[in-house]
Amino acid sequence: MSVPRQDAQRPDLAALDAAIRHNVGKTLLRFNTCGSVDDGKSTLIGRLLYESKALFDDQLAALAADSKRVGTRPGELDFALLLDGLSAEREQGITIDVAYRFFSTERRNFIVADTPGHEQYTRNMVTGASTADLSVILVDARKGVLTQTRRHSFLVWLLGIRHVVLVVNKMDLVDYAQEVFTKIKADCDKLAVEIGLPKMTCIPVSAVKGDNIVQRSAAMPWYEGPTLMGLLDAIEIADRGVQEQPLRMPIQWVNRPNQDFRGFAGTIVAGRLRKGDSVRVLPSGRVSRVARIVTFDGDLAEAVAGQAITITVDDEIDISRGDLIVAASNPAEIADQFEATIVWMNEAPLLRGRSYLMKIGTRTATATVSPLKYKINVNTLEHLAAKTFELNDIGVANLQIDRPIAFDPYEVNRDTGAFILIDRLTNDTVGAGMLHFALRRASNVQWQALDVNKAARSASKGQKARVLWYTGLSGAGKSTIANLVDKRLHSMGRHTYLLDGDNVRHGLNKDLGFTDTDRVENIRRIAEVARLMVDAGLIVSTAFISPFREERQMARALLGDGEFIEIFIDTPLVVAEERDPKGLYKKARRGDLKNFTGIDSPYDAPENPELRIDTTVLTPDDAADTIVAYLHSLGVLDRG
Amino acid sequence: MRLTYLQRLEAESIEIIREVVAETEKPVMLCSVGKDSSVMLHLARKAFYPAAPPFPLMHIDTTWKFQEMYAMRDRMATESGMDLIVHLNPEAIEKGINPFTHGSAVHTQVWKTQGLTQALEKYGFDAAFGGARRDEEKSRAKERVFSFRSAQHRWDPKNQRPELWHLFNTRKHKGESIRVFPLSNWTELDVWHYIYLEKIPIVPLYLSRERPVVERDGTLIMVDDERMPLLPGETPMMKKVRFRTLGCYPLTGAIESNAETLAEVIAEMMMARTSEREGRVIDRDALQSMEQKKQEGYF
Repeated sequence: MSVPRQDAQRPDLAALDAAIRHNVGKTLLRFNTCGSVDDGKSTLIGRLLYESKALFDDQLAALAADSKRVGTRPGELDFALLLDGLSAEREQGITIDVAYRFFSTERRNFIVADTPGHEQYTRNMVTGASTADLSVILVDARKGVLTQTRRHSFLVWLLGIRHVVLVVNKMDLVDYAQEVFTKIKADCDKLAVEIGLPKMTCIPVSAVKGDNIVQRSAAMPWYEGPTLMGLLDAIEIADRGVQEQPLRMPIQWVNRPNQDFRGFAGTIVAGRLRKGDSVRVLPSGRVSRVARIVTFDGDLAEAVAGQAITITVDDEIDISRGDLIVAASNPAEIADQFEATIVWMNEAPLLRGRSYLMKIGTRTATATVSPLKYKINVNTLEHLAAKTFELNDIGVANLQIDRPIAFDPYEVNRDTGAFILIDRLTNDTVGAGMLHFALRRASNVQWQALDVNKAARSASKGQKARVLWYTGLSGAGKSTIANLVDKRLHSMGRHTYLLDGDNVRHGLNKDLGFTDTDRVENIRRIAEVARLMVDAGLIVSTAFISPFREERQMARALLGDGEFIEIFIDTPLVVAEERDPKGLYKKARRGDLKNFTGIDSPYDAPENPELRIDTTVLTPDDAADTIVAYLHSLGVLDRG
Repeated sequence: MRLTYLQRLEAESIEIIREVVAETEKPVMLCSVGKDSSVMLHLARKAFYPAAPPFPLMHIDTTWKFQEMYAMRDRMATESGMDLIVHLNPEAIEKGINPFTHGSAVHTQVWKTQGLTQALEKYGFDAAFGGARRDEEKSRAKERVFSFRSAQHRWDPKNQRPELWHLFNTRKHKGESIRVFPLSNWTELDVWHYIYLEKIPIVPLYLSRERPVVERDGTLIMVDDERMPLLPGETPMMKKVRFRTLGCYPLTGAIESNAETLAEVIAEMMMARTSEREGRVIDRDALQSMEQKKQEGYF
């Protein structure tokens, strides 16, 4: 780095200013690295930091001490130790997470996401690659292009990275032989074609010795291409490409400090925006004109993709967080059903039919994944049939969203086509996804606004439509009690219906078994049927084990406020097992019945049911009385 | 138009700050009055201009900061139009915790770590902005931008959410809080360049001047007030020094320097051969000390 010489008496401030101005004019390149254990990835990054003088004396001293103490190469600096940050990793000698590193050259600043290449850590690699402009894939010269190289190449392609560098490391261990490199390069070209990557640049290096990292290797005079640093420094990553696309700006925050100012704050993710431009707000479709582009440093005439700004518009139209501002003449699509690629990132598998929170841009919606089309074997790129997606699975599925959203396909724009899935109960980020295309446009699915509505139907029956959702273990007494309640309500002239195993499992749901996935689907269908019946004005009872809290939550969410009444038939497992009215527990204990709730499949007891019936205290008749009294107290049975 | 790296970093930080305000209930910006705090506050003002940032500034005080830091702190609040909360751990006041009698580890633990968790609970903040950067220290390199803490304020490095694209999952359980680091991807040099470019006010201690110091264990400590006990034979000497990082004055090492202007500081930085944390006495307590402190709830 060139710094004007300092004179203690008279620093040349003008020259210093020029040097600083040069530095602040640098561009940024973000890249990620992928490789398998022992390909020397940490060593390579350590070497880049070392060679770019990103390390300070005390860090070098610490590195020298660490190298002596725990290093794997006696007498030499072990660059890998710079990167293994957490103590547990240091002991295991491997990196297990994503770490970010920084260095710079005369032209550029770099941010490196170091992501490990373990089979089980697809999740970390995808995370690191999601913000990268370029990927560096490592192979060991002794091993060549392996299965994991195919996996890494596929993943970076999937994440939309089109600049890929294949670094053939450890050339020193194959005597810097040209034919080794030529063979690997040929395999690499074949791989690029197979996956669909435009081109991979191959560079032979030795990270340990420093060959072709910054300095051209004297040991490999036959290699005429760029060094790794040379390539990183020079490669053109067109951020102008995204600036030439039609405008996209997700609204993050409505800034309203007083009556006179109403600004819409967000980051432009594609295109450009000028004062006076005509813009459209999605999903509402309303059109207005940009009045001002407001920033702390004064109003701008124009802003481009990558800038975080605040705009005001000419008309008093409704714009809120989650909306997408687009070019009026070139809007994004709007849809509520999509095909997407999903990367599953959680220990608990994706269950078909379960609903997850979906964050896309600044909008959060509810999404249900169904059906799963296939998963991809990332080693062979084969498509496999899939019932669930498990940790580190990558697959293609359809998504249904609870409201129409504006989007672009991921391959057109990362920011308007990428989403994460969040588990509603654990709050974990369980999946990441990339939208392909809409399955149908939302404009085709206008809900019919019916003249005779739920309230009218309920009123004509002298009741309020409700779902009485009974849940509890097999043999707890759900059906018995639900039947008694149903009879009482019927004898009171109320209009009811009881959904239970007999009339549902044998008909509507006879295609479903008892795996977790099927149980989720079973409950989803029951909840949807119950909703239709509530719409018809009925008091519906459902008597199913419904073991998972999330599905009961989903059923509750389908219905209006107060319409869902969860009744927990609380019978301890020992009591239910002793009753065993259908002999199912005996079968399950013998192993003749798989996935039996309470035995080898979990039951999540309700945390806050509307009503809890303790059957060790109440007889079925008492229980029915309690429930009917409760319905009276809520006014459910009030006429008119 | 090609954006420079500073423009990209600035936009990313503004986006993070806005996201927190949009998705959490009661955010606060921690202010240690150092250069990173100054930059973070500047970014927050940009994020919400023409409004003032819609959250307060909070200083977890130890009573042992440099006098010039207190002056700057009050100036920052006034200029930004934000409310300033100053929290002092009452237990630390009562016991008179100080770095001389209790040592740097106890001093930091009680004033800062305990003080911070106390203050977050007292005011019910569910998100706190901090100025930490990933380039500062090894264990920070793997820190997320949104870092979740249990109701007991513990950090679990084994159980962090993946952060993809710019999609931050801000959902939390009752009692959990989030530490948010908008400067995660900035380096020390980036911070200085940005301060220079944007003319952001900083504590004058970052610039070299004649100051009274004593040398202890190879570290130059400034005698900032009369509470500093001098060892036998020790007399403060005037030296031309500046600071790379600022904390409690008895725990912050000065460096000898001729850099009287920001431009000269940056020039020195670009040739610097030691990392900024070397001047911090607390980090040397033990190998892995930062990681341990984080797990206990230190920032």
